Amino acid sequence: MKDSVTWKIGGEAGFGIMSSGTILARAFSRAGYCVFATNEYPSLIRGGHNIVTVRIATREIHALEGVVDILMALNQETVDLHKQELHDGSIVVFDPKDYDWQASDFSNKPVLVPVPLRGLVEQGAGEPVMRNTIALGVTVGLLGVDFILVESVIHDQFTKKGDEVVRRNLAFARSGYDFVKTNLPALQGCHIAPTTKKEDVLVLSGSEAVGLGAVRAGMRFAAIYPMTPINSLITFLADHAKELRIVYKQPEDEIAGINMAIGASIAGVRSMVATSGGGFALMVEGLSLAGMVEAPLVIDLGMRVGPATGMPTWTEQGELQFVIHAGHGEFPRVVLAPADAAEAYTLTIEAFQLADKYQVPVFLLTDKYINESQWCVPKTHFQGDVLLDRGKIAQTEALASDVSFSRYSLGNDDGISPRSFPGQKHGQYFANSYEHNEVGHVSEEPMNRKAMVQKRLKKLSAMSRDILPPSVYGDPEAGVTCVTWGSTRGPVLEALERVGFAVGGTRVNVVHFSWIYPFPAAQAAALLSKSTRIIDVEQNATGQLSSLIREHTGILIQEKLLKYDGRPFFPEEILDKVQSVK
Amino acid sequence: MTITADSFKTGYLPTWCPGCGDYGIWMSLKNALGELSIGPDDGLIVYGIGCHGNMYDWMRTYGFIGLHGRALPVAQGAKLANHRLPVIVVSGDGDCLGEGGNHFIHAAKRNPDINVIIHDNQVYGLTTGQASPTAKAGFKTKSTPEGVVDEPMNPLTLAIVSGATFVARGFAGDPLGLTKLMVEAVRHKGFSVLDVLQPCVTFDKVHTYGWYRSRLYSLSASDYAPTDKLRALTKAVEWGDHIPVGIFYREEKPTSEDREPALAEGPLVSQRESQGNLDSLLEEFQ
Repeated sequence: MKDSVTWKIGGEAGFGIMSSGTILARAFSRAGYCVFATNEYPSLIRGGHNIVTVRIATREIHALEGVVDILMALNQETVDLHKQELHDGSIVVFDPKDYDWQASDFSNKPVLVPVPLRGLVEQGAGEPVMRNTIALGVTVGLLGVDFILVESVIHDQFTKKGDEVVRRNLAFARSGYDFVKTNLPALQGCHIAPTTKKEDVLVLSGSEAVGLGAVRAGMRFAAIYPMTPINSLITFLADHAKELRIVYKQPEDEIAGINMAIGASIAGVRSMVATSGGGFALMVEGLSLAGMVEAPLVIDLGMRVGPATGMPTWTEQGELQFVIHAGHGEFPRVVLAPADAAEAYTLTIEAFQLADKYQVPVFLLTDKYINESQWCVPKTHFQGDVLLDRGKIAQTEALASDVSFSRYSLGNDDGISPRSFPGQKHGQYFANSYEHNEVGHVSEEPMNRKAMVQKRLKKLSAMSRDILPPSVYGDPEAGVTCVTWGSTRGPVLEALERVGFAVGGTRVNVVHFSWIYPFPAAQAAALLSKSTRIIDVEQNATGQLSSLIREHTGILIQEKLLKYDGRPFFPEEILDKVQSVK
Repeated sequence: MTITADSFKTGYLPTWCPGCGDYGIWMSLKNALGELSIGPDDGLIVYGIGCHGNMYDWMRTYGFIGLHGRALPVAQGAKLANHRLPVIVVSGDGDCLGEGGNHFIHAAKRNPDINVIIHDNQVYGLTTGQASPTAKAGFKTKSTPEGVVDEPMNPLTLAIVSGATFVARGFAGDPLGLTKLMVEAVRHKGFSVLDVLQPCVTFDKVHTYGWYRSRLYSLSASDYAPTDKLRALTKAVEWGDHIPVGIFYREEKPTSEDREPALAEGPLVSQRESQGNLDSLLEEFQ
């Protein structure tokens, strides 16, 4: 029995590949397994090669592995493209009507399992798209667990479409399961070890976790122009707008989006935008506006492969330096980078709190891998209200009737001045994109200009008390350190756990940055100066975090493991690098 | 307290050129707000960037002076956050139809309960006299020394075909008539567009007060009824010796805010700390 199985399904886009990954992940999650699922697909709606990989394990996992234990091929191409990922003993399920694979077609020795997927569809008088449901049943059989495990998830997944759809899907899944039980009783190489359920666990994407965090943080308004990879955030917000009493507005473009969100923020509600690099490029002017009028704002930037349209459905960490420097003029901002869905939730809440507290734009720097992968997180992580701190807000009773309210008052050491909301009695002011005085009137006086620049920038030093220092995994005194930020943490942790955080007798740790900017320079320097060998692991071509570390600490990281082919890291690649002799 | 034009004093004096059409628009707006009893703390004016946009400095209300062309999105965000707040957009022909053209079309399409006042003088005054999107063919400006070669944009026809539910034109040289139009435009529930013809006394020696006065006639003096879209379009393209002012088109339709179920029980700002019943929907991810 295996304690971890990696399952990969592939087929044409439009054949329900994505949803079968979610069903499988949820089924095993409900039974107490830790699951993780990622998708890979081209920027097409129909046709093209779609795959979903699901890893199921009896222990906590942080990433996929580079090898595939069960390859579920709904077309010939799936085997063509992925047979190198198989190992001896991997199972390949295919329909001989697509292509009758023989052992000689493989350089390794997988177990070939022909299943008449089309034949089973025809027996049940179904549509070709039902093959993926049969494949689910086959999978459950190959993993050696009871069919009941997948039953309730199929029920829940299709119940909105009516009882008949549920019944048919259950019947097709059952036919796949029975096929394995009847014809392949001895095939037990991929049976997964039993486990017990400890608690309720959610399986959700990073984007959905951002949505949950935003609502938990009291976000009321989101203006988001559709763009991969943040579209499932739109779906979540739009689906629940009524019951959660939020407004999701689809703007005409990202420029309108950020300006709408700033308008809503000034009017008094927590607001956000979400986009990817190209959409954010359009928002940059609005970012500067938020900085000038001191409007709280949360920006979820889901990075994907650039420049320009790039590879829209693939992952990258190319925007770290962009968000730190975006916007004309100098003004403060915060940049946070979640590593997974659990952290996407908590950091989204933190982003809204910080935005209100400092009256600045706050970035959530996510990526396609985080946003579209399915993560398992205990349900309790998301439960319970949080105490919302809206920051400094002018109290109406305290406002004088003599028109003296100074929205941009200079008398605060932290640079943060109380704000009023339009409609509030005696709170009148101008939110002005021109340089302005304390009331908001335009001012080009040199002394005022200097004071206002300092007022805004004072927030940067005030923020130092909220900075989340880098996290350390493994021995803080280790001689070798892997530096990570955002989604690279998962594969690196997965790799180092495999070798017990030691290589060749030397201890290895991970220094991970969730809080990117203002850069935690002192904490980073203290942690990194202990290592004799530092390896920067980033999903970009230039090592953008290492540049930031160099800029703020003087530490020059010589060794970099950089990946920029659009594919996430696998633990094996990390180990290859760490184990290589310097 | 009665709201009058004096209620909006800031202590700052206008910096517009003597004789600028902006004065007439400013005066009319103050009078209209007085008539509507919308005081300095009661509403939000979102300004564009241009000569028009400097108005806030001598107009004491909650004001948002945003980026060139982006006034309408800011206004829509504020309106959705607090739909009981009167929101007025003070914009210009360059701001609203040039840099912000896409926003104008889409705002009209959504029909938010916002009034936009377009200062339409055919030039970019603040940047010292280049042609604006409404500049008529042949008009010589700093950016078109041989005369404008393109066709002008027509703010009225564009508003009508884009879905605006109140479309009117006024004249900066007629503050009384303009005040009446503004009162009606602000009262209208939906996206109301008020295009205001105004002379630029510094950079336009052709379209003077006299030029306009000899050509303008009022639709309200005729038997014109602003209820028919096609007829409104026909009227809106009239230009030359006779130029109509007044209300071209008006219809009642659900607003952008009406269509948001979340707003049915009150403005978002009144529930700004709510976290909803989030726990109840976690099950869908289980």
